Amino acid sequence: MNKFQLKDVNLWYNDFHALKDINMDIKAKEITAFIGPSGCGKSTLIKSLNRMNDLIDGCKITGDFLLDGENIYGNLDINALRKRVGMVFQKPNPFPMSVFDNVAYAPRVHGIKSKFKLNEIVEKSLRDAAIWDELKDRLKKSAISLSGGQQQRLCIARALAAEPDVLLMDEPTSALDPISTAKIEELVIKLKKKYTIVIVTHNMQQAVRISDTTGFFLLGELIEYNNTEQLFSMPTDKRCEDYITGRFG
Amino acid sequence: MRRFDKQLIKLNDMLLEMGALVEQSIFIASQALIEQDLTLAKKAIAAEADVEQKEKDIEAFCLKLLLQQQPVARDLRVISAALKMITDMERIGDQAADISEIVVMMNDAPHIANLEHIPKMATATVKMVTDSIDAFVKKDLELAKSVIDYDDVVDDLFDKVKFDLIELIRKDSGNGEQAIDLLMIAKFFERIGDHACNIAKWVVYSITGKQ
Repeated sequence: MNKFQLKDVNLWYNDFHALKDINMDIKAKEITAFIGPSGCGKSTLIKSLNRMNDLIDGCKITGDFLLDGENIYGNLDINALRKRVGMVFQKPNPFPMSVFDNVAYAPRVHGIKSKFKLNEIVEKSLRDAAIWDELKDRLKKSAISLSGGQQQRLCIARALAAEPDVLLMDEPTSALDPISTAKIEELVIKLKKKYTIVIVTHNMQQAVRISDTTGFFLLGELIEYNNTEQLFSMPTDKRCEDYITGRFG
Repeated sequence: MRRFDKQLIKLNDMLLEMGALVEQSIFIASQALIEQDLTLAKKAIAAEADVEQKEKDIEAFCLKLLLQQQPVARDLRVISAALKMITDMERIGDQAADISEIVVMMNDAPHIANLEHIPKMATATVKMVTDSIDAFVKKDLELAKSVIDYDDVVDDLFDKVKFDLIELIRKDSGNGEQAIDLLMIAKFFERIGDHACNIAKWVVYSITGKQ
């Protein structure tokens, strides 16, 4: 089943044509990886999936972004969209507040006041982000004091607390050491049972390890979009093969 | 040129060297049989160790490339195909040595018949090995496919040898012992053909990604 359907998507930043005629289906409860050289449009596209681009001056978007069949650039409330489509960034960005308050932030914004309910959501989110055991006795500590890997998993927990359907991850491990990276990768694989995950990564092996489907972007175009194993063993487009084998340019 | 591309060229060179050793082993074993030359036969037996050493060297080099370069796409196919091909090449080396051991056991007893088809099997299998390695290095899909087809030639030759030997035993049961030795030699050549065919199939995989 498709979670997102993108039809004839084009995006311009003023005169710069950043996304060109993108057509793709993103399957529900799968991990979809976007790869490609810097400036190819993959981050622009992932940000477009929860409308983080269209408020930028000079940004023009055409085409359809259907989330469960509904156009996210139509009448859908942007806050409701962002509740359904969470985002985790390259650099861990916990709020300068306690671990608990970080995770409780979104539920509070969405009107949950019951302490009991918030406790429940925080524990569930931290458990889902595989960090409950490490932080259960430090919930009142500042999130800033955590290690980079813990901060990133906390940010994932914070995103999960809003109970999204989709989790967008823009290079979520590029600032982390190999052990933290491995933990996040394990976590992402577990999360796909409940969530649809879209991940931008510069790490080819990471895309191979965790994703089900991979899209290769170049100069704003989706060049190849295929089952990950197929794309990395037998790419059909020479530009894709040259990129993944390191012969690009 | 990237370091990895240089390493892949080195891998090709190593495979060519191993292929040359294997071809030489088949050729020497067949010459030893035809000329009943025990010195040549012993040379073919000794060459088995060189082939095995080459296999170990290439295997270690491929594992190093997998570790260092974490290859994908055609690079991954080339390295995994090379790892499979050297197993078949090593088995060919073993079988050339097995043929030579039988030649040594047969000593200089006169042949019960003119050896017509076995030398043809030797020539055919040398060609199959040469072509399969060439196909790998040149990424020549058609050449690889022709090797796979050529296996039928070797199989037909084996059937002819078998038929001739059955006739010889029927005429004179005293021919039995050498006939069985010659049948085993023919079977080893037929198996060499199968291994060359396997090599060619891995070449097809390295080019097309299809097994």
